[in-house]
Amino acid sequence: MNFDVIPRVVVKLTLPFMLLFALYVQFHGEVGPGGGFQAGVIAAGMIILYGLVFGIEQAKQIVSQRLVERLVPLGVLIYVGTGLVAMLLGGNYLDYSYLAHDGPHGQEYGIMAIELGVLVTVSSSMVAIFYAFVDRAR
Amino acid sequence: METLISSVLLTLLAVVTVAIARQRNLFGVVALTGIYSFLMASVLIVLDAVDVAMTEASVGAGVSTVFFLAALQLTRSREQRPAHSVALPLLVSVGVGAVLVWGTIDLPPFGIADAPIHQHVAPVYLENSVKETMVANVVASVLASYRGFDTLGETAVVFTAAMGVMLLLRGRRRTRGRAEGNSDKGEAP
Repeated sequence: MNFDVIPRVVVKLTLPFMLLFALYVQFHGEVGPGGGFQAGVIAAGMIILYGLVFGIEQAKQIVSQRLVERLVPLGVLIYVGTGLVAMLLGGNYLDYSYLAHDGPHGQEYGIMAIELGVLVTVSSSMVAIFYAFVDRAR
Repeated sequence: METLISSVLLTLLAVVTVAIARQRNLFGVVALTGIYSFLMASVLIVLDAVDVAMTEASVGAGVSTVFFLAALQLTRSREQRPAHSVALPLLVSVGVGAVLVWGTIDLPPFGIADAPIHQHVAPVYLENSVKETMVANVVASVLASYRGFDTLGETAVVFTAAMGVMLLLRGRRRTRGRAEGNSDKGEAP
């Protein structure tokens, strides 16, 4: 892909802000709109935009295909694991109240943990689907 | 003012939908679908559903557009003329649409406060979310905690979708003709 200099420079300048926005959406999701799903898509959008402008090989140097394919199940495992930990600590499955000294704090930690799981699965799934399509087209 | 904005947005949605149905160039269809998603996100903001609007804008207009374009690399970019007459599909669509509109007649008036949906569990969530979960955005606490099982299912769906696409597209290529047949399948969902 041999693009003009303008998209290359603009993309390089905007990438950190996209990642920052994704993290904001992730961690501010408890107060404002957003959450793991939206943040995951925005974070994946960053890698996809980079791949579109600089080529898929460059994108794979940032996030390798191997890593992406391991992250897809990891997110689901984080989610399932949070439920199991709550169960081991004496509650029902996915009852986060048992994760801390009192109910509300446990709920807060549990919500953060499963939002992290959603973020990991969604972002890596989007990147994996993108890689699969682009690899197929070559 | 809100009525005016909603009417303009919904009219534009209808125009874009007709344009999508009539467009034969698939690149045009992809661009129009992106426009449709952004209009839909605006409608959702008018309805005060900012979480859903954000999802619609990032997934519907952003990532899906890229996926559609990537899929177009694997197929022809022009839709073929339908082999049969469009009369029957048109009749079915109009019929189903009419039944759906008929179904909305029995619904309570739009935006009314004492509709059944606002009487059941919604007041409990609104009252207890901050107290029980320390999360101010009730949408987040309902999704992650009160309805945690549903969200687990949704995450599993995303996982399954990624696995499905990878299985379809990353399989070993056989002969040239076979490979093209496979890529047609990959585009189907």
